Amino acid sequence: MYDNRVSGYLYIAPFLIGLATFTLFPFLASFLLSFSDYQLQDPVEQARFLGLGNYTQMAGDDTFHGSLGVTFLYVFITVPLKLAFALFIAFVLNFKLRGIGFFRTAYYVPSILGGSVAIAVLWRYVFAGDGLINQVLVWAGGEPLNWLGEPAYALFTVVLLRLWQFGSAMVVFLAGLQNIPTDLYEAATIDGAGKARIFFTITLPLLTPVIFFNFIMQIVQAFQEFNGPYIITGGGPLKSTYLLPLMIYEEAFKYFNVGYAAALSWVLFLIIALFTIIAFASAKYWVFYGNEREDGE
Amino acid sequence: MSLITAPRRDVAWFGRFSALLRYGVLIGVGLIMLYPLFWMVAASFKPNHEIFGSVSLWPQDPTMDGVVKGWRTGTEYSFATYLLNSFAFIIPKVVLTVVSSVLVAFGFARFRMPGKQLWFALMVATILLPKSVLLIPQYLMFREFGWLDTYLPLYVPCAFATDGFFVFMVVQFLRGIPPDMEEAAVIDGCNSLQVLWHVVVPVIMPAIISVALFQFMWSLNDFLYPLIYLSSVGKYPVALALKMAIDVTEATAWNQVLAMSTIALLPSLIVFFLAQKYFVEGITSGSVKG
Repeated sequence: MYDNRVSGYLYIAPFLIGLATFTLFPFLASFLLSFSDYQLQDPVEQARFLGLGNYTQMAGDDTFHGSLGVTFLYVFITVPLKLAFALFIAFVLNFKLRGIGFFRTAYYVPSILGGSVAIAVLWRYVFAGDGLINQVLVWAGGEPLNWLGEPAYALFTVVLLRLWQFGSAMVVFLAGLQNIPTDLYEAATIDGAGKARIFFTITLPLLTPVIFFNFIMQIVQAFQEFNGPYIITGGGPLKSTYLLPLMIYEEAFKYFNVGYAAALSWVLFLIIALFTIIAFASAKYWVFYGNEREDGE
Repeated sequence: MSLITAPRRDVAWFGRFSALLRYGVLIGVGLIMLYPLFWMVAASFKPNHEIFGSVSLWPQDPTMDGVVKGWRTGTEYSFATYLLNSFAFIIPKVVLTVVSSVLVAFGFARFRMPGKQLWFALMVATILLPKSVLLIPQYLMFREFGWLDTYLPLYVPCAFATDGFFVFMVVQFLRGIPPDMEEAAVIDGCNSLQVLWHVVVPVIMPAIISVALFQFMWSLNDFLYPLIYLSSVGKYPVALALKMAIDVTEATAWNQVLAMSTIALLPSLIVFFLAQKYFVEGITSGSVKG
């Protein structure tokens, strides 16, 4: 609308300053730090250049291998389940039923309370030895499980916490479902298409942009999970919930190995970047934009 | 076609059955969604032994003990201090985020200038950039500034639109609004700042409110940043106070910890119920339209 480039730049100046100071500079600094042996308590000038030292150390670090494995396990379980669940619930909530607004709100509440510490604390007690889950299990005639103390189950409690918070993905799916023109459904019904057929040939393809968006957001988020494992299990037992962000935090702020932590954070960054790039590159094969393209910039 | 030729009775029966099934699913899932929250609220008013004893929500022996002792906390500060501490940095954070995101979004959405595409792409990229890669250098930087153990590192970056998500949200919202009114105001002799203040801001109020709400809730939930920047207990926000409570009172005083967790969630719950529609609007306008 305005052609005044000076004013334009003045308006976005805060962002440009912030980008340089709080994003680009730290981004490059962490890259440089990842090649150093810098310790938190020392002056920064004292850092020595290690070359690829931190990265070769990682190759032989069993804690890192374990952490990486747990992180992938967590992401690969959480993201697909959460997306599927969010889509299913969005589908149910899209029905025109009396009182549906109430359910939409109710389902969104756990997500709005989101990553809060209070909810993680609650979760810790829900899954404790005498907690709600075990009480329900006993009441239903089962055996109580040692959820937080057993390496095989501990990660599952964090996964469940995040599945419970499917709300923001669900809201996006719901909006996507409501954006699908009803005449498409009517036309398909007149042509005699069954429910399943309609879902796979109309609903799902038209939802792909929304699925794509949710997938990226959930991947980026899941790889950075910190509050859940830190508060519920503290990374244990036997490091079975020691996700990479936990390891980065502890290396830097508990053991003061900032150089090593920076290298770990770069590995995490590269993993996330790789997933995002693959998602974007593959988008043209499966994300269907229909006729929404015209509005452009 | 079969739907039309089928006897009407069958259709009615099927309709009722399917509605029943749908409500069944809705209520079942709803229960799973809300039961843990109700359980937490109920546990705040139960004596400790009763929390373990039964799945039932209703306290048989209701007591305010958990709330009262929890509020006092095991530290020299009461829970009120921690709540006020939270607000001490959340309020500047929300204000700065709104101001900077609106200014920047207005620049992006309404001005033509060289390099805009690149800056906009970089802004979107920052949304996907994992925060942990910036964590350590940001910490070192704020240490050099002498800002450790203050709230400055928590809110000063917000003055510079560092949360790309919010800028993106406002830009998307602005794109959906035809600039006719703004053009009319320009013809009437307004400069761009006047247009922004008198014409644009009132129109994008829903977007502004959802930015403020999201930033409020996310900041209240924020844990990692206060954890690394704050070291004196007297400056701890609610999030750190709760973590401290579970570390100290391991198995002894569940009702106190759960009572405080309930209170900690109240501000978010109140804000959410007062302004529900903005949340849904905020999420959907920031994402699907793009």
